[in-house]
Amino acid sequence: MGKGRRIFEKVVTGVLFSSSTITSLTVILIVVFLFKEGISLFNSTPTEKNYVIAVSKVNTVPVITSNQLADIFNQDITNWKQLGGRNDSIIRLTVNDLASIFTEEELGPNLEFLPVKVNEYVKATPGVILYLSKSQLPSNFEGRVIPVKKITVKDFIGGKHWYPTTEPIPQFGIWPMIVGTLMVTLGAILFALPFGMATAIIMSEVADIRLRNILKPVVELLAGIPSVVYGFFGLVVLVPLIQQLFKLDVGETVLAGSIVLGIMALPTIVTVAEDSLRTTPRALKEASLALGASQWQTLVRVVIPYSKSGISTAIILGIGRAIGETMAVLMVTGNSSNIPTSFLQPTRTIPATIAAELGETPYGGLHFSALFALAIILFMFTIIINLTVEVIKNRNRRF
Amino acid sequence: MTQAEAKNVNVWYDSFQALKDISMTFEPNTVTALIGPSGCGKSTFLRLFNRMNDLIPLFRVEGLVTVNGQNVYSKDIRLDEMRKKVGMVFQKPNPFPKSIFENVAYGLRVNGISNRKEIEETVERSLKQAALWDEVKDSLKKSAMELSGGQQQRLCIARALAVQPKLILMDEPASALDPISTNRIEELIFELKKDYTIIIVTHNLQQAGRISDATAFFYLGELVEFNLTKKIFLNPDNERTQNYITGRFG
Amino acid sequence: MNTKQLKQRIAFSIFGTMSFIVVAILVIILGFIVIRGMSAISWEFLTEMPKDGMTKGGIFPAIVGTGCLVLGSMVFAFPIGVLSGIYINEYLTESWLKKFLRMMTNNLAGVPSIVFGLFGMALFVNYLSFGDSIIAGSMTLGLLALPVVIRLTEEALKTVDDNLRLGSYALGATKIQTIQKVVIPIAFPNIMTGLILSIGRVSGETAPILFTVAAYFLPRLPHSLSDQVMALPYHLYVLATSGTNMEESRPMAYGTALVLVSIVLIINVSASLLRRRIQKKVKMN
Ligand SMILES: Nc1ncnc2c1ncn2[C@@H]1O[C@H](COP(=O)(O)OP(=O)(O)OP(=O)(O)O)[C@@H](O)[C@H]1O
Ligand SMILES: [Mg+2]
Repeated sequence: MGKGRRIFEKVVTGVLFSSSTITSLTVILIVVFLFKEGISLFNSTPTEKNYVIAVSKVNTVPVITSNQLADIFNQDITNWKQLGGRNDSIIRLTVNDLASIFTEEELGPNLEFLPVKVNEYVKATPGVILYLSKSQLPSNFEGRVIPVKKITVKDFIGGKHWYPTTEPIPQFGIWPMIVGTLMVTLGAILFALPFGMATAIIMSEVADIRLRNILKPVVELLAGIPSVVYGFFGLVVLVPLIQQLFKLDVGETVLAGSIVLGIMALPTIVTVAEDSLRTTPRALKEASLALGASQWQTLVRVVIPYSKSGISTAIILGIGRAIGETMAVLMVTGNSSNIPTSFLQPTRTIPATIAAELGETPYGGLHFSALFALAIILFMFTIIINLTVEVIKNRNRRF
Repeated sequence: MTQAEAKNVNVWYDSFQALKDISMTFEPNTVTALIGPSGCGKSTFLRLFNRMNDLIPLFRVEGLVTVNGQNVYSKDIRLDEMRKKVGMVFQKPNPFPKSIFENVAYGLRVNGISNRKEIEETVERSLKQAALWDEVKDSLKKSAMELSGGQQQRLCIARALAVQPKLILMDEPASALDPISTNRIEELIFELKKDYTIIIVTHNLQQAGRISDATAFFYLGELVEFNLTKKIFLNPDNERTQNYITGRFG
Repeated sequence: MNTKQLKQRIAFSIFGTMSFIVVAILVIILGFIVIRGMSAISWEFLTEMPKDGMTKGGIFPAIVGTGCLVLGSMVFAFPIGVLSGIYINEYLTESWLKKFLRMMTNNLAGVPSIVFGLFGMALFVNYLSFGDSIIAGSMTLGLLALPVVIRLTEEALKTVDDNLRLGSYALGATKIQTIQKVVIPIAFPNIMTGLILSIGRVSGETAPILFTVAAYFLPRLPHSLSDQVMALPYHLYVLATSGTNMEESRPMAYGTALVLVSIVLIINVSASLLRRRIQKKVKMN
C-alpha cells in the first residue's frame, strides 16, 4: 500500500470520527450553555441590577428573602415583627412615591436634592422599606441597605408564584409549571397508553398483512404531523368542544393539552411497543399455542411478560415525548401560572412557558436566566428519561 | 384404531408446493420417525397435526388430516381443544421464562384448571414421566432458564405431557443437545411409547433406528418410502432411500 | 364457544375498536384540515406576500423561508449524520465508544425541541453573534435532525449483508473502498429515505426557530444567510394565536396548516414509494 493511500485512509477515518463526535459535543455544549445562562439566577439577588432595598438604621432584620419582599409589597406582611424585627408597621415606598411625598421644589428640578430627602425620610421613619436605584442612594446614606438573599434552588423549584416581571421584586417559583407539566403528561399517557398498546397488539398479533398495511402508515403519518398543526387543530376543534361539553369559561385546559399530547405520544408508544412485542420468539408463542392456549392467553401470559421491558421503554419514551412538547401545549392549555387542581383548569407547562416568554425577555436579565434555568429542569427530565431507558435496555440484555 | 392419519395431503407456501400427495397412518403406542434431507418438508408435515402452520400467512393445505378420527382442518373444530390433545416438543428447548413449576402448570392453567391440588399432582406426575422430577423436586420455584439444555428439553416434554395428549410431535428434539442428554431423551421416548403415540423428526439416522418402530423417508416434498424401521434400514424398497440411508446423498 | 374463546373475542374486539379510533383520529385531523384548508388554497395564496395584517394575500415568504431552513439544516446535518453513521456502524466494533456514541445520539434525540431553541439562541445568535438569521436557524434545526439522520443511516447500513463486505475484503479491497464501492451503493436508497424523513421532521418544527430565525411578519424574500425569514410552522402559530385580526386570518391559518400537512403527506408517500422500490429490487436480486 502506497504512503499516499495510507495518509488518505487516515484522513478519511479522522473525518468520520470527528463527525461522530458532533452529537456528544452538542449535548455537552447544551449543558454548558444552559448552565452558563441559567445559573446566574442563583448567583444574583432577585432585585434588578443596580437597585437596592433600603431600611432604617434602627431596623434589626438582618437579611430579607425575595418571598418576604414580595409578601411585603403585596401587604401580606405588614409589620417588621413578623420578620423577627422591631414592632414597627411597614411603610413601603418606591422612588416614585417619594415624588408624591415631597414637592417638586423640595426635590429640585433635576432631583438633585433627592438623596438628601431620602436620608431625611429614612431617618424619620423606622418602619420604612425603600426600593431605589444605586445612583439615587445618598453617598452618606444614613439608613441601611438590607441585603436580599439570593434565590435558592429550593425557592425556584418549590416557589408557588411565577411573576417574572413584577416590580420591584419579581418571583421565580416554578412549582405551578412542574405540576402543570406533570398533570398534562400524566393525562396524555393515560390516554395514549391504552390506545397505543391496543394498536400495537393488533398490529403485531392480530392484523393480517392488509390491515397492517393500513395501520402502519397511519401511525407514521400521526408521527409526521407537525406539533403546531396539532396545536392548531386542538385550538379550533378540541378547545371549543371541551368548553361546551363541560360548560367552562375557557376550554383551554389541562384536559385539552392531555388529549393533544396523547395523540402526539401515540406513535412513539405504538412503534416501540410493537417492535418489542415482535421480539418475542416464535418458539415461545408456538409452545403456548401447542398447549391449547388461545392467542389471547398467549399474549397475556407469554408475549407481554416477555416484552415487559420494551413496553416500559415505550411508556417512558412516550412520557419523554409529552414532557418536552412545546407548541401544541402552548396553544391549548391556556397559559395560566396558577397551580391547576383539576383537569378542567388552564395551566402552563415548562416548555410552553419558555416559548411564550423568551421572545419578550431582555437578554441577560434575571427573567432570561430564569427561563434558561427552566430549560435546565426540562433537560434534566429528559436525561433522566434517557438514562432510565438505557438502564432498562442493559438490564434486559443480561437475560 | 389409528391414532393419526394423513390422506392425500398437499401443502403450499404461496406458490411453492412443500408437500405432494402424502398419505400415512400412525398406530397407537408407536414411534414413527420422519427422515429426509433438509427442506424436504418434514417439519411442515409434522406441524399439520396441531395446525401450527396456520400462523404462516400464505400457507395452504388440501387433503385430510385426522387425529383420533377427527378432521383437524374441519371448520367447526375447536382449535385449542384439538391442540390440547396433541403435544409438541420443539427443536430448541423453549421453556417459558417462568418457574419450573409454572412451565408445567401452564397448559393446565390456560385450559381452565385452577384447583391447586390437581395442578400440583399433575406437575409432579408429568415431571416424573419426563424423568426430571428427581433433579428438580427441590427447586420447583427456580426459573426454568437456569436448567441445562437437556433438562430444559425434558421440562418441555413434561410440559407437553401435563395436558395429557394422545399424540406427541417432536421436531428434532435432541439436535441441540449433548450426547448424554440426547441419550436420556431417547430413553425417555422409549418409556413414553407405552402411553403415547409419537411422531419424531430427526436428522440422526442412528437415532431413528434406535427408537422408532416405523420410519418415513421424505424427499423434495414427497413421501418416498414408509415402512417398518427395520425394513427401511436393512432392506429398503426404493433406491433413493437406500442412497440416503447409506449416506450417498442428503 | 367456551369462555376462553369468548374472552379472546371480547378482548380483540375492544382492541380492534381502539385501533380503529386511532385511525379515525388521523382521518378526522387530516380531513378537517384538508376540507377547511382547500378553500384558502389558490395560486395567489402560494405565491404572494401576506397583506392587510395577514388576513389577505399569501404565504409565499413563509414557504421560501421554510425551504431555506430545510436546505440549510440538511446541508449541515446530512453529511455529518451520514459520516458519523458510517463511522459508528462500519468502524466501531461493540465497544464502550460505540455504546457511548449511541447513548449520546439517543440523548440528543431526546432533547426537547424548545431546548434546542434556547441552545441555538445562546450559541449561534448570541455567543457567535449570528443574530436571528437563516444560518442560526438552520444550524439549530440541523443539530435537531442530526440524531435522526445518524439513526436512519445506521439502519440503512445494517441492511447490507456482511458477506458482501467480507467478499470485498477477500478481493483485496480496503475498508474505505469496500464502504465506497459496496456498502454505500447498496445502502444508498435507504439513506435517501432517511434524508426524506428528516426533511419532514425539520420542516414542521417551530420551537427551535422561535428565537433563532423566525420573523413574525416579513413580507420580502431573504437576501443572505444572515437574514431573518418567515417560516410555515411559526406562521401558522402566529395566525392561530396572535394575529392582528384572528377571525379574519382563520382562512389563512387553515391554508397554512394544509400546506404543512401536504408536505408531510408528500414526504411520507415518497419515502414509502422509495422503500417499496428498494424492496422490489432486493426481491429481484
Ligand atoms: N414459512 C414458510 N414460507 C415459505 N416457505 C416455507 C416456509 N416454511 C418452510 N418453507 C419451505 O417449505 C419446504 C419444507 O420446509 P420444512 O421446514 O418443512 O423442511 P424440513 O424438512 O423440516 O427441513 P429441516 O430438516 O431443515 O428442518 C422448504 O423448502 C422451505 O423452504
Ligand atoms: Mg424442520
